[in-house]
Amino acid sequence: MAQPPRHAAMLSLSNSNSNSNSNSNSNLSTASDSRQPAHLATASHSSTGLRVPSNRKTIYDRHLNRSRNAELSRASFAFLFAEMVTYAQRRVTGIQDLERRLNEQGYPLGLRLLDLLFYRTISGSTSSALSSSSSTSASPPNRPLRILPLLHLIHGPLWRLLFNRPADALEHSVSPDTPNEYMITDNDPLVNTYISVPKEMSMLNCAAFVAGIIEGVCDGCGFEAKVTAHNQPTEMWPGRTIFLLRFGESVMEREKVLERAGVK
Amino acid sequence: MSYYFTILSPTDVPLFNIAFGTSKSGGDGIARFRFPDTAQYMNQFIIHSSLDMVEEAQWMNGNMYLKHIDTYPPASAYISAFLTPSGARFLLLHQPPQLPSTAASASGTSGSILGGSFSASALGGGSSRASASSVAANPTSPQTEEAVRQFMGEVYENYVKTVMSPFYRQGMEIRSSVFRSRVTAAGRKWL
Repeated sequence: MAQPPRHAAMLSLSNSNSNSNSNSNSNLSTASDSRQPAHLATASHSSTGLRVPSNRKTIYDRHLNRSRNAELSRASFAFLFAEMVTYAQRRVTGIQDLERRLNEQGYPLGLRLLDLLFYRTISGSTSSALSSSSSTSASPPNRPLRILPLLHLIHGPLWRLLFNRPADALEHSVSPDTPNEYMITDNDPLVNTYISVPKEMSMLNCAAFVAGIIEGVCDGCGFEAKVTAHNQPTEMWPGRTIFLLRFGESVMEREKVLERAGVK
Repeated sequence: MSYYFTILSPTDVPLFNIAFGTSKSGGDGIARFRFPDTAQYMNQFIIHSSLDMVEEAQWMNGNMYLKHIDTYPPASAYISAFLTPSGARFLLLHQPPQLPSTAASASGTSGSILGGSFSASALGGGSSRASASSVAANPTSPQTEEAVRQFMGEVYENYVKTVMSPFYRQGMEIRSSVFRSRVTAAGRKWL
C-alpha cells in the first residue's frame, strides 16, 4: 500500500503541511517525539486495527459532564448489584471472604471517582460539588492533605455523586486507644435496599462494596486505610450501616508532622 | 523551547511520555534539546530526579498544579508538576532554546564560512527578541506558568477520560494514539 512511503515522506517534510487538518495522521507524526515510534499513531489507525465506532467518536470525544445530572435506574442498578454479589459469592470460604471480594470490586471505582469528582468541580460552573469542603466553586479544589478534609470529601461530595445526598454522620472514635478510627454512617444504604440477607449470614453487609469505594478514595489521596462495613440497626433505621475507616500508621505519623507544620 | 512531558503513576511507573517543541512564535513543534541525540535519556534522568521535590511539595501545598518546582541549571531545564487527586504525577520539562551567544560560538567553531557565525547570531538575536513576551523566552514568568497550567488542565481532562475507561486499570501504560494526539494538540495550543 501507499501508506508507509507516504508516511516517511511526511516525517522528512516536517511541518510544511501541518495546516492541512484533513489527515490527522500527518499532524501526529510531525509533532511527536522522534525517539518514540512516531508511526505508532498511523500504524495503529491503519494496520494494527484500532477500531473506532462508526460515528468516529472515541471516549476522548465525549464530554465528561454529559452524564453529570443523569440518574441511573434503580431497578437496573439493583439487578446488576445482585449479580455482582452472586458473582462474588462463588467459591468463597466465608462471610469475610465474600466481603473482601465486594471490597475489591469497589476499590478501582473509588480511584476513578476521585479523579472524576475533581474534574467536574474544576469544569463545572453552576453547581459546587465540593462546596462543603471549604473551597469555593470558583477556585480549583485542593487535594485533601489532612484526614479531616478527606473525610468531608467522602461524607459530602462523594456521597452526593454516588447517592445524591450526603452521608448521615461522621464521627471520630472516642476510644483513646484507636485515634486512627473514623466512622461514616449511612442510615439506609442504597446498595442494600434490595438485598435480603439470610439468617445464617446475618453478619454480612453488602455495603462492603461501598467500603471498597471509600478505601479506593482514601488510597488514591495517599491515605492508606482499611475500610469495613458493619450493621448497626436502630429502631428507626433497620438497615443502618457504619463504615469504619482505620488509617494506617504512616498516615497518623504524617498527620502529626503536618499538624506541627500548620498545614490545613 | 523544547518540552518533555511525562505521566508517572503513584508508584513511579512511567505511563506516558512525549517530547515536543514549541509551536508559538514560529516554532515548528519539533523538540530540539541541547543534548545530542544519543543522550536523550538525560531528559528522563532530569525529570525523574525532580520526583523528590514533588513528594516534598505535595503535602505542603494542596493545589493540583504545583507550578515550577525544580531546575537543573547545567542543562537549564525547568520542571513543572501537576498532581492528580488520585496520585498520578504530570511532569513537564521545558528547556529554552540555546542563548544567542552560545549558538553563535558553536556555529563559529563548526562553520567554515565567516558569514555563517554572523547570520547565526543575528538569527538567534532576532528570535530572542521576537519571543521576549512569549512562553518560550522566560520559563519562570507568570505567562509561562499560566500556559503550563492550561496545558496541564487539558491533559488532565483527557487523563480522566482514560481512567474512566472500564478497560483501564490504575498503573497501566497509556497507549492510546488518540490520547497522544490530544496531548500533542494541547501542546500546540498552549506551549
